[in-house]
Amino acid sequence: MSFSAGVRFLLLAAACFISARALTAEIPLGERRSGYELMARETRAIQDDDATNPGMLWVLDGEALWNKKAGAADRSCADCHGDARESMKAVAARYPAFDTARGRPVNLEQRINGCRTGRQKAAPLAYESKDLLALSAYVARQSHGLPIRVTIDERTRPFLAAGKETFHRRQGQLNLSCALCHDDNWGKHLAGSVIPQAHPTGYPLYRLEWQGLGSLGRRLRNCLTGMRAQAPELGSDEFVDLELYLMWRAREMKIETPAVRP
Amino acid sequence: MARAVVTMPAQAKRGEIIEIKTLAQHPMETGFRRTQTGELIPRDIIRRFTCTYNGVEVYRADLHPAIAANPLIAFTTIATETGTLTFQWVGDNGYTVTEIAPIRVE
Amino acid sequence: MPTTRREFLIFAAVSLAAPAAAEAQLDPNLAASRKAAFQEALRRVVGDAQVRRGRVKLQLPPLIDNGNSVPLSVAVESPMTAADHVKAIHVLTEKNPLPDVVSVALGPRAGRASLATRVRLADTQTVTAIAQMSDGSFWSDSAEVVVTLSACLEEGLI
Repeated sequence: MSFSAGVRFLLLAAACFISARALTAEIPLGERRSGYELMARETRAIQDDDATNPGMLWVLDGEALWNKKAGAADRSCADCHGDARESMKAVAARYPAFDTARGRPVNLEQRINGCRTGRQKAAPLAYESKDLLALSAYVARQSHGLPIRVTIDERTRPFLAAGKETFHRRQGQLNLSCALCHDDNWGKHLAGSVIPQAHPTGYPLYRLEWQGLGSLGRRLRNCLTGMRAQAPELGSDEFVDLELYLMWRAREMKIETPAVRP
Repeated sequence: MARAVVTMPAQAKRGEIIEIKTLAQHPMETGFRRTQTGELIPRDIIRRFTCTYNGVEVYRADLHPAIAANPLIAFTTIATETGTLTFQWVGDNGYTVTEIAPIRVE
Repeated sequence: MPTTRREFLIFAAVSLAAPAAAEAQLDPNLAASRKAAFQEALRRVVGDAQVRRGRVKLQLPPLIDNGNSVPLSVAVESPMTAADHVKAIHVLTEKNPLPDVVSVALGPRAGRASLATRVRLADTQTVTAIAQMSDGSFWSDSAEVVVTLSACLEEGLI
């Protein structure tokens, strides 16, 4: 059977289109791996042992803050939430979550600040401040070992779509997208490091490069700077939507907070 | 605030070698880094770590800028008698942290 | 298949970017002065005594994730009795800005002569651990480490 030039062109175009689509395909659920598995045995050992994991210093600070009264209301987190080991179990694993008052998803840091301003009548904690990192590390720690389960329903679906679009959008001077490295080329080398799949299973985490604990937002800003793209502000809608997409992309993977990463 | 954390058993048999792991929260600024405008950030490190067991020094480490931030120091000691282990970190700019851990030795 | 030139270049760069052979990046003059500093530090520790290889086991990951924080452990074979024990453990480097890393003072109370910590390594290099015994002898071990640069740094690629 022979095809006309027009039909051949259409078939060729279709083939290109299909391969271009396959180029940025999601990682099959069964092939997803935490960045933990790419690290040296010795670095993994640091994360696994609470006695050697430097992130635990922040978790302990967070525990102290949890019990400390604050603000005009003179309330501690514990006054409302009791023992975090009970009340905060699986909480971080479902963030970002829809916030009715704001009409959009908020991440854990924003939820904590919501309580600070709304319930404790205290000033919000600055993004990447020691106290906010410590509190979010302590709260997220209570989800350690639990599966990530963000709620996607008619309320959050549009924001998930926005986050997915950001993940696939080419940006910056190198015209790269997150997907190009983290969906299509994970496992290969870039500048001496192995490209991870980029699942936010362990945030806030201790990054050896930072020599300290940092949030997902900080890590995303590093990525975008590395891509020579404009990095949004911490807590911006674009970032929280992206965080929602990343957490959905990592659904059912286990929380590792506080993780250790190169 | 958790300035330092010590992990060790609370009790041991007499003569048993126990493992002690310590973590201190400290940037260990080397003195070799520069700001964006090129100014040298002055050195600020933990200089000395000591462990005393009922008043007797059993382990001492002199640290230099090559020790990573939030230093881990892990070592062993013999559980000789019931009492108190005192851990002290002393460093630049008046930094001093002390942690105490009791031990019961049978 | 890559459909634009940019995509092709990225694919090529990514697939060819195997970890570089373990060659140090340090300027040769700087390397020489730091090596001299290492020799001087070694002399400060052992004086004129001979340093023998053995009894000391220095462990470092051969290829490290990040030079800012490299797990290091030293263990020394010794009965750790009053008559025969390790008095001190020293760790030195040959390419860091300063050769000294850590010096530990210990004795029979330690039970085992050991240290575990995390160190900063400025470049691919050899790290040396020296044990000073109660009888005045010195023993050592060395380990080679390959240090690479992380991608996607805060200040961007250097």
